[in-house]
Amino acid sequence: MSKAKEVLLNPIFNDNPIALQILGICSALAVTGNLYITLIMCVALTTVVTLSNLSVSLIRNHIPTNIRIIVQISIIATLVMLVDEVLQAFDYESSKTLSVFVGLIVTNCIVMGRAEAFAMKNGPLMSAIDGFGNGLGYSVILIVIAIIREFVGAGTFYGIEIMPLTTNGGWYLANNFFLTPASSFFIIGFTIWALRQWKTEQIEEPEFKISKNSLEGEKGAA
Amino acid sequence: MNNNDTIRKTLVVAISLCLVCSALISFSAVELRDLQEANKTLDKQSKILSAAGLLDKDTDVTELFQSIEARIVNLETGEFDSEISLTDYEESAFSRDPATSIELTSENDIALLKRRENFQTVYLHYDVDSLNAVILPVRGYGLWGTMKGYLALEPDLKTIIGLEFFDHKETPGLGGEIDNPKWKSIWKGKEVYSDSGDILISVIKGSVDKSSTLAKYQVDGLSGATITSNGVTNLLSFWLGDMGYGPLIDQLKQSEVKDV
Amino acid sequence: MLEAYLSIFIKAVFIENIAINFFLGMCTFLAISKRIQPAIGLGIAVIVVLGLAVPINNLIFNYFLKADALFPGSDLHFVGLICYIGIIAALVQILEMFLDRYIPALYNALGVFLPLITVNCAILGGVLFSIERNLEFTESIVYGLGAGTGWALAIVALAGITERLKYADIPEGLQGLGITFITVGLMCFGFLSFGGISL
Repeated sequence: MSKAKEVLLNPIFNDNPIALQILGICSALAVTGNLYITLIMCVALTTVVTLSNLSVSLIRNHIPTNIRIIVQISIIATLVMLVDEVLQAFDYESSKTLSVFVGLIVTNCIVMGRAEAFAMKNGPLMSAIDGFGNGLGYSVILIVIAIIREFVGAGTFYGIEIMPLTTNGGWYLANNFFLTPASSFFIIGFTIWALRQWKTEQIEEPEFKISKNSLEGEKGAA
Repeated sequence: MNNNDTIRKTLVVAISLCLVCSALISFSAVELRDLQEANKTLDKQSKILSAAGLLDKDTDVTELFQSIEARIVNLETGEFDSEISLTDYEESAFSRDPATSIELTSENDIALLKRRENFQTVYLHYDVDSLNAVILPVRGYGLWGTMKGYLALEPDLKTIIGLEFFDHKETPGLGGEIDNPKWKSIWKGKEVYSDSGDILISVIKGSVDKSSTLAKYQVDGLSGATITSNGVTNLLSFWLGDMGYGPLIDQLKQSEVKDV
Repeated sequence: MLEAYLSIFIKAVFIENIAINFFLGMCTFLAISKRIQPAIGLGIAVIVVLGLAVPINNLIFNYFLKADALFPGSDLHFVGLICYIGIIAALVQILEMFLDRYIPALYNALGVFLPLITVNCAILGGVLFSIERNLEFTESIVYGLGAGTGWALAIVALAGITERLKYADIPEGLQGLGITFITVGLMCFGFLSFGGISL
């Protein structure tokens, strides 16, 4: 089962979809203002990516190559709509706050990317684990950002008051900057920096010209 | 492995995928629709109750809402209208349609709405048989977009019970503090009209001087959010004025005099 | 009337910039912002596709999916997502073929970027926003073009900055992606100042 473990854990630090593959960033920035909403979003995405990987992998031997993209999109869109329906039915408040961002999981490159790159080539179990791992990798970064933003911006952790705000008669003058979405750019930027100091092989070489494949090339051409 | 790229296979896969997906979605949509609709109504009702300070953690929202009567009001005349049914009324559609709305001139349009619908739903809360609160939907432009909320007034039609915004895009931490319970609580007991009937209510810059004669018409401004604060003042002035609920308030006052 | 359209346009470009304020289309936004030339190409492609996709999907929503649109009692809004994404994909494909046949120069300039756009969340996001906000048909055209212009403006500006940054001495771990994020964060501040413009 060591392969399974590797498939599960690799996306979290070594090949993180957000920090290294620059995939699925949109929602990472927009929904990280408070931890609860972020957790909902993480659960939604992890569910979708796991199930989509599983279903694509189950029927991978029957998907005609010329319509494979549309088949994948249909499966993903179906799952996203299901998640959206369930969310509206059971947690209306969050679905209102997340508004269009749940729907936008359809175009979240992580989901599509994993279906195409992994699930089309591997068995159902491995694919599901890979999907789950990537969902976790995405969730880790989002949760870290959300914790920082909520703590510094509002003095709370998961809605529980840690540092009483001056506006409520406490001593902590909230740093409102962290409540604005702009702060998540800085937090992600610095998180990437920290991650790359730790895992130095992820550092981009300046003016990297030789490309191994098209994706690598674009990433390295800084 | 068999060949997947034949036309036959492609069609079979495409069609069966469509069938499976659509069956799944239709099933969930039908199964969950009632729950979703219930959520929407519940959400709206709890905001209305919260503006009137009636929300109670131990009691069911639907049950509390029983004591509230929704009425369509004609904003031109201030009279209740029974021709439009409550279920047909939709604010966004009515405020757009030239047949059911008027265009505001730039001097009238202090809340920056551009158009105003001719009808609105208002909510009356009765305690046994006497009117206990009037809850009016209000909206106006803040810093980033339209702020929508409910203003609840005492039966004297000039004292505020509460102001609750349910939809806004103000900057979190600055203008977004209109959701702060502490700030919301200072609205209670403030008066909107002077004795001569002028609209005096305003959100001022800084904090209110308690010794001032105007103190009962003033609310502390939100620090760092002057434009949002002004937006709140403007939307109240608009909706309480002649273009808003002014005629309705006159009508209600008259009918009350008659009742007595 | 013209004033109202202008206000929607300005709002979509500056106040509610789809890239900077809603972070849509970020993946492509960050990946293609290394040089100005491709950034302009992609920007134009997004304007064109948003300008078409938003009004078309708006029609689909109003005439097929909305409650009571097909026949009284019908309500198909729950299949919205798959319709929109299908239409966007089809639109991009048709546009690609059309450009290839009639305007080859533009096709060559946009070529690589067009297929990328199908999965660009800026497009789907623009469509979803226009529907959430209940825009009318003409308004949705203006909104689509405005949102596209805003996105294009942001990516070209970022590409300009990144090009300059080549000569800056950036700490190793921050190179590339890290510094790009921080630059976009600073751009965000710039765009925050557009708030409160009353139109």
